[in-house]
Amino acid sequence: MNILKFFTAGSVDDGKSTLIGRLLYDTDSILADQLEALQSSNRKNDDGTIDLAILTDGLRAEREQGITIDVAYKYFQTDKRKFIIADTPGHIQYTRNMVTGASTANLAIILIDARNGVVEQTIRHSYLVSLLGIKHIVVCINKMDMVDYSEAVYQSIIDKYKVLAQQLKLKDVNYIPVSALKGDNIVQNSDRMEWYDGESLLHFLEKVDTDNLDKSQLARMPVQWVIRPQTDELHDYRGYAGRVLSGTFNLNDKVTILPSGASSTIERIEFFDQAPDAAHAGQSVTIHLKDDVDISRGDTIVNATALPQESKLIEADLCWMDGRALDTSIMYLIQHNSKVTKCKISEILHKVDINTLEKHAADEFKLNDIGRVIVKTADALAFDLYDDNRANGSAILIDSRTNLTVGALMFRAAVE
Amino acid sequence: MSTYNFDYLDELEAEAIHILREVAGQFEKPALLFSGGKDSITLVRLAEKAFRPGKFPFPLVHIDTGHNFQETIDYRDKMIERIGERLIVGSVQESIDQGKVVEQTGKNASRNALQTVTLLDTIAKYQFDACIGGARRDEEKARAKERIFSVRDEFGQWDPKRQRPELWNIYNGKIHKGENVRVFPISNWTELDVWNYIRRENIELPSIYFAHEREVITRNGQLMAASPFLNMDDEDIVFRKQVRFRTVGDMSCTAAVESEAVLIDDIISEISSSKISERGARMDDKVSEAAMEDRKKGGYF
Ligand SMILES: Nc1nc2c(ncn2[C@@H]2O[C@H](COP(=O)(O)OP(=O)(O)OP(=O)(O)O)[C@@H](O)[C@H]2O)c(=O)[nH]1
Ligand SMILES: [Mg+2]
Repeated sequence: MNILKFFTAGSVDDGKSTLIGRLLYDTDSILADQLEALQSSNRKNDDGTIDLAILTDGLRAEREQGITIDVAYKYFQTDKRKFIIADTPGHIQYTRNMVTGASTANLAIILIDARNGVVEQTIRHSYLVSLLGIKHIVVCINKMDMVDYSEAVYQSIIDKYKVLAQQLKLKDVNYIPVSALKGDNIVQNSDRMEWYDGESLLHFLEKVDTDNLDKSQLARMPVQWVIRPQTDELHDYRGYAGRVLSGTFNLNDKVTILPSGASSTIERIEFFDQAPDAAHAGQSVTIHLKDDVDISRGDTIVNATALPQESKLIEADLCWMDGRALDTSIMYLIQHNSKVTKCKISEILHKVDINTLEKHAADEFKLNDIGRVIVKTADALAFDLYDDNRANGSAILIDSRTNLTVGALMFRAAVE
Repeated sequence: MSTYNFDYLDELEAEAIHILREVAGQFEKPALLFSGGKDSITLVRLAEKAFRPGKFPFPLVHIDTGHNFQETIDYRDKMIERIGERLIVGSVQESIDQGKVVEQTGKNASRNALQTVTLLDTIAKYQFDACIGGARRDEEKARAKERIFSVRDEFGQWDPKRQRPELWNIYNGKIHKGENVRVFPISNWTELDVWNYIRRENIELPSIYFAHEREVITRNGQLMAASPFLNMDDEDIVFRKQVRFRTVGDMSCTAAVESEAVLIDDIISEISSSKISERGARMDDKVSEAAMEDRKKGGYF
């Protein structure tokens, strides 16, 4: 059995939390005592039925205001698959929390309120989905119960969305008309929309083919920790501990250590009490090399025949996530896997206007702004392009005055 | 491309090991909060997988309420001997003796809430900058909201409205002096995942997790182990029952469930078909709809 990670996106009140509540409810994933708590809650739908959104709106402030503020993670499983859901907020103010939920997912559910169609937040979230390289997208046209389950309404919305999808170069976009409130096409196919002959949302999620892990041939392992027992019997033991980001390392593979450029050969791979022949993407292992090279946390072990790029000047997309605007005159920290180094945003190439998706010059970068920049780092980074290798093509910016994570970076090119 | 077997337990395990190693790499003085429950026992196994044959880069810290099940303490001591790591005990009794906290009174008195003070004192005394805990997001709705690296201010407080973005698998552990980070490597595991992992790894557990006969009373509709730590009076009728514990905390706030499950396979099928959540057996969560959120804001685990 494997895991599918997905998240819900869309504008405020489009029904993201309700949809997740509905999925959990109709798959019988809500336990009796949780249900009891729901039933006794003050927040009810107008017709007196339980409000499924409070299943994920777990904070007091969220329940009071009837909105989602931060991501909630929910878990359920069917015979086919395990699911990890991130319910993300629709409010523009909390976009950074939406990005948090989206960054680890491999499928996005984008909700659209059938009465309103494509709105600004739909575009913003779809744009973020394209930037983050989410491979699969399900657009749920929700609240079909409020438009008489009309095929014409559904059709006109998806026609609009298709234009957007093309503009954003989104791949694998699927459409389902639903009512999260009434349960139409969520788990069971609805008989109120005979005109729709596709699958229910759950069926789609159960069978969509996703590789959770990047299995590209680019073997990379950032060293997180060096294991050195320094006991008498393990005097010379030196194991490099880390998680394989992508690709596969085999025994006797020639490897390069970056940034030093030293080369060596894989002598032994350990996983606790086992010594496997290979270490694959996603696995946390310990690697031993034939040669005595100087390696510490922050270095990356890579396949010697497929080297990453190395540069101190990188062109990247930036999502700004802090209330304090970007300051191009100060130093930030950049964290790329286990490596942290100083950096500056040396240039803002453009900012994207979310309404028109047009790029325009800018010298200001504020909360929730998205655009293209050039990052100048103190030490060179060994990276891949985000679209080739998500795990080695992303980084965060930290403001060392506040220690807050202020930006998400997706690497697009090395600047020569 | 070669194929390999990497199922959901492998994936959860690899993620947790990665997080533990990030703690080792990013912090000066981390600690692993060990409660003696199945989740922290799972953490110990994950730490072995992350750091052996080296030593753990952190001690284990037990906040001892003084109201533990004896089985938990026995298990703890035996385990420490087996793994050969350092154990630090923070004692709630000591906090009471020093007048830092006041013992609750009345029928529902429990030391659960007092632990927070002892925990914060222990963190301050040893200057821990990161505390690894076994909390899971499926346990409770406030926990479902918490980051894997969760920053606490000088007073141990969690501010749910001001959490840092946490992107991809990159964890920002930068903090100011006095702050500390709570780290939850098994955030994405469910109760069933933990049990399946314990079965797969053949991990030994304290005996109270398995069905056994014990003296109990009924309190607020739940079965509680009869013990000197529970304020009992004439109305409480003690009887014997075959029970087990689904979660192990303080004796005064952990309810037992009736159970026939003597083997781990029995437990797994029992949980799979259960209609009550694990936290349903914790009196401390029943106080109000936001009980956990409030305790977390106050510095709780
Ligand atoms: N009629 C109808 N109402 C719905 C449907 N889905 C959601 N709603 C209602 O829409 C309102 C908002 O739903 P939520 O699920 O809280 O919306 P959300 O998208 O999670 O909102 P944020 O998280 O704050 O962005 C609630 O009153 C729901 O009951 C639907 O299919 N039909
Ligand atoms: Mg919501």
